Formats: sequence, C-alpha cells, structure tokens
Amino acid sequence: MMTTQTELEKDRGLFVTGCEAAARAVLVAKPSVIAAYPITPQTEIVEKLSRFIGEERHDCQYIAVESEHSALAACIGASSCGARTFTATSSHGLLYMAEMVHWAAIGRLPIVMANANRALGSGWNIWADHLDSLSMRDSGWLQFYTSTVQEVYDTILIAFRAAENEDVMLPAMVCLDGFLLTHINQPLHLIDEKRYQEEFLDEIRIPHALNFDAPHTLGTLVVPTDNYKIQHNRKVSMDLVKDVIKDAEAEFLRLFGREYHPVMEYRTDNAEVLIVAMGTLAKEAEDAIDMLRFRGVKAGLLQLRQFRPFPDEIVDIISGSKAEKVVIIDRDYSGGCGGIIAQEIKARLYDAGVMREIVNVIAGLGGQDITAEDITKMVEIEGGEFWWGI
Amino acid sequence: MGDITEVRFHSRGGQGGATAAKILGMAAFFDGKYSTSLAVYGAERRGAAIISGTRISDTEVKRYSNLRSPDYIVIIDPVLVEIADVTAGASENTIFLINNRGECPPALEDYRLYAVDVTSISLDLGLTVAGTPVLNTPMLGALAKLGLVKQTSLKRAIKKIYSDPRNIKAAEIAYERVVRVQNLQYTLAASEELEEEAYEELEAEGAI
Repeated sequence: MMTTQTELEKDRGLFVTGCEAAARAVLVAKPSVIAAYPITPQTEIVEKLSRFIGEERHDCQYIAVESEHSALAACIGASSCGARTFTATSSHGLLYMAEMVHWAAIGRLPIVMANANRALGSGWNIWADHLDSLSMRDSGWLQFYTSTVQEVYDTILIAFRAAENEDVMLPAMVCLDGFLLTHINQPLHLIDEKRYQEEFLDEIRIPHALNFDAPHTLGTLVVPTDNYKIQHNRKVSMDLVKDVIKDAEAEFLRLFGREYHPVMEYRTDNAEVLIVAMGTLAKEAEDAIDMLRFRGVKAGLLQLRQFRPFPDEIVDIISGSKAEKVVIIDRDYSGGCGGIIAQEIKARLYDAGVMREIVNVIAGLGGQDITAEDITKMVEIEGGEFWWGI
Repeated sequence: MGDITEVRFHSRGGQGGATAAKILGMAAFFDGKYSTSLAVYGAERRGAAIISGTRISDTEVKRYSNLRSPDYIVIIDPVLVEIADVTAGASENTIFLINNRGECPPALEDYRLYAVDVTSISLDLGLTVAGTPVLNTPMLGALAKLGLVKQTSLKRAIKKIYSDPRNIKAAEIAYERVVRVQNLQYTLAASEELEEEAYEELEAEGAI
C-alpha cells in the first residue's frame, strides 16, 4: 500500500503549499548551512526545513538565530568559508537584515534567500505586497518573482545555479506572494534529485572563500581608488548573469521539462494591449486575458519573472508588438514616483526610443483582493497612474 | 480558463476548516483533477470564524482571489450561521452542507440544503482532540456523497494528513448519514435524493 502511494506520488506529485515547495527545493540543492528566523507568512518554510533536517533527511547545519540580521550574518559567515547557504524571510524581517543584504551582494556571496512578499508597517499588515523586496532592488541581489507553487520550487532550484556560477557570485532572492502563494495548496511535481545534483548544479566553489592554505582577509578597508572598481566588477557580473540565467533555464527545461524565461509571454500574438504583472497577479491575469480575448479584445500578458537584473527583452517584446497601450500593474508604490515596475519599463522604453501609452495601475497593495474580472477592466483605463479601488 | 467548482468552508479556529480545504483539494488532485485550496487569513486563533476554500477544475486553476460565488458552502460549526455571512455569494444553485442535529437554521430555508450530524458521529467514535469532537473529516465524507470527489480519493487524502484511522471511519459514516433538508425538515437520505435526481435527469434526456 505504501509503495503504491509513493509510486503515485512520483508520477503525479504532491499537493502542498508554496512554503513547503520552497523548503523541498532547498533540500534538493543541499545547502550545508541554513540560518533563519521565522516571520509570518514565511514561518512554514523554516518550520519545514528544520523538521526535514531534524528527521535526518539532510546533512546540514541549521542555525536557529535570534533575529533576521543574525540570520543573514550567519549565512555570510558560512558563505565566506565556501558553504552553500540558504535563508528565508519576509517584510520587516528583510528590512531588519537590510545592512547584511547589501553586504552579501557587495561581498559576492552566492546566498539564496526566499522572501515571502508582505506589506510594511506602520499599521501591521501581513498580506501580499511587493515593496519589501523591491526596496532591496538596488542591493545587487538577483531577484525572481514567482506565480505558482511549482514555480517557487523550480525557481529556487534555478537560483542556486545562477548565483553560484563562477563568473557571477551574486546572492539571489526568490520571492513568493505572502499567503496567496505561501499558504495556498497546489499540485507540485518533484524533480529527480539525483539528476539535479549530478547534472544541473555543480559543487559549490567560491574562489574568494577563506582558506587555511591560502590565508587572506575579507571585508577590510577599501579605499576610494579601489572601491569603484569593485562596484564596477559587480556591474560586469550583473550584465553577465542575464545569459547565465537564460542558460540555466534552458538546461532546466532540457533536464526537467518545465520552461521558464525572464519574461513569460501569454497570448501576446497580435495583441493590441499588453498587461505587465508580477507574482500571483500575473497568473490571475492569464484568466483575464482569456476573458478579454473571448470578448474580442486582443490582449496579451507579460509576466515579469525576473526583476534583477531587469530583463532587456521586455523592451524588444513591447517594441516588436502592435500594442499601442501597455498596462503595468504594480503591487507596490514608490512614494511620489508611481509604481516601481512602471518606472523601470518607462526608463528602458525611453532609452530604446519606443513610445507607448503607459497605464500604471497600483493594485493589490497590502493584500487587496484583485480578481481576473478586475484585471479585465484595467485595459479600459486611460494613460497615467491609477489607484485601483480609490 | 476552465469551469471551476468552488467550495467554501465556514469553521472556527481549531476545527480544521483550513485542513478540510486542503484534504478536499488533495482528493480532487488524486481524482486526476486540478485543484487549489486556501484559507482567507486574518489574525487566526482558536475560536475565531475562519473561511477556507477549494477550487476544483479539469484545467489549471489560475485564481488567487477570494471565492466569489461558491457552488458548495460547508458549515462545519452551525453557530456560524448566526454570526458569519455564510450565504455571501450564494445563489439558488449553491449547495449547502451543514453540521446539524435538531432543527436546521431558518436562514438557510430557501437554499438547497443537506445536513449531517458529524458531532455525534465523532463523539460516538471517541474521535476527539483535547475533548472536542473532530468535525472536518466526517464533513468531507458527506461532501464526497454529494459527488464532489471519489470516496477512495478522499480516504487516501485523509490518510495523508491524519494517522488516526477513526477519521476514515467517521467520513464513511457521514457518507451514509447525510440527508436532504426541505422546509427545515430532514426528508430523504442524500443517496435517495441523488438517485431521484439522476432518474429525473435521465427522464429529461428521454433515456427512460
């Protein structure tokens, strides 16, 4: 009976939450150090990890730290010694570790972190909002935003490979919408772990890791004649990682059969209006596109899966499309400056000399419920910034 | 964008409403369907009114927004009829299933209503947690009777979540005991009701 169930699971997968999917992906990548502090709605990720590790599933040091700042500091320490590391946080937890977030990226430590996107206080709100991780967009971490439980799992697996590439050596953040994705149960198809470990992810090798055989120091004084060079090095890697990620995604498709790109297109053929969305809103928007197409509106969707580095192809897709109007949904708001995704896209369109009517819809803040029906109505809004529900 | 069956559970914190939604989604998944299950999160705590839900479809379910027009509404704690908006989004086609003994709440008189006394089922089996009867697994047994998922898939899903075999037994008993309520009176066992319905459908199709 048990065998049969296991076999069935192998074929058809599991039915689990986004948090559990994240934890299961981490176990496949086999980090040797995990340091994390629980925070709603990320808690189940660390609960599952500590339980899996406690049940001897993995040879890993789990450090139960006293704060998020310490969580990332512990990962930085372990990573500086050459270890594969993972942490997870959310919202205020991410901001509490902010100093270390920058430190990890500038120190070129390929730590992988899951962030459960959640709104910021004052006024406690534990629901989905992208401002927490977007406020870390300039720190130099790779940033991915996921739209299904399966995508959470797959993206964490891809993130380890991109981050640890010897020419990259940058930390990666995989974001999942709080509650909407952390707590929903969906089918999850597991990959062949052995194949991942043997064919997809090489053993970690951090060239600058501390080493008794070649003693050196990390994080010492860097004078003005050197600092800008270090920062420029980071730019070079950030440019380079774009192809590294695409290569990892192509390899993931080849080995495991699921396809990902930095920008996922949905029914963009002959589209006269394009919707851009990130996270679970992008998945809900697919239903909206189907409804619009059914009603005769030629609408298409661009799911922004990767925010850092920002995918150049979004400009090519928009400029190559007949669409005169682009509706950008931001689950975030930058004080006095509109939505952050809209700012990024507008800046790139300007550089490319591409003019389109841009509608920036601020929607879904702090868990505001946004339905597919709501999204169908967004294509009727005239250009400029529009706050949904106000 | 496929046709989605939406199921909403009303329970109180600690009664296993969120787990019921998960088990139902898992059972549908075992049936070969696509499903998602979620809980509408607030500051959850023991005793508070909780809403959870499951979406079932033949194709990928892409919705994350709150359930708007449930096809099934399951009331695990009958007290909630008085204090929660259990009929929100309900239409004449919505099927209600309530844990009930004695008279059914008048607020549900106009709806298609089924009832089963799962509290007694669990108490009789001694299926209790900290002295409180387990309500969610037998409610799911009754739901299986209403045709949402196969009983075998449901039992398999329950087994994945709960180790106590009495959960399966409770679901089996509830499967047999669920009844149709009309004019607030228990009328037929659900099976007779469903057989009658199937007969009428066949008749309408000219098959009989």
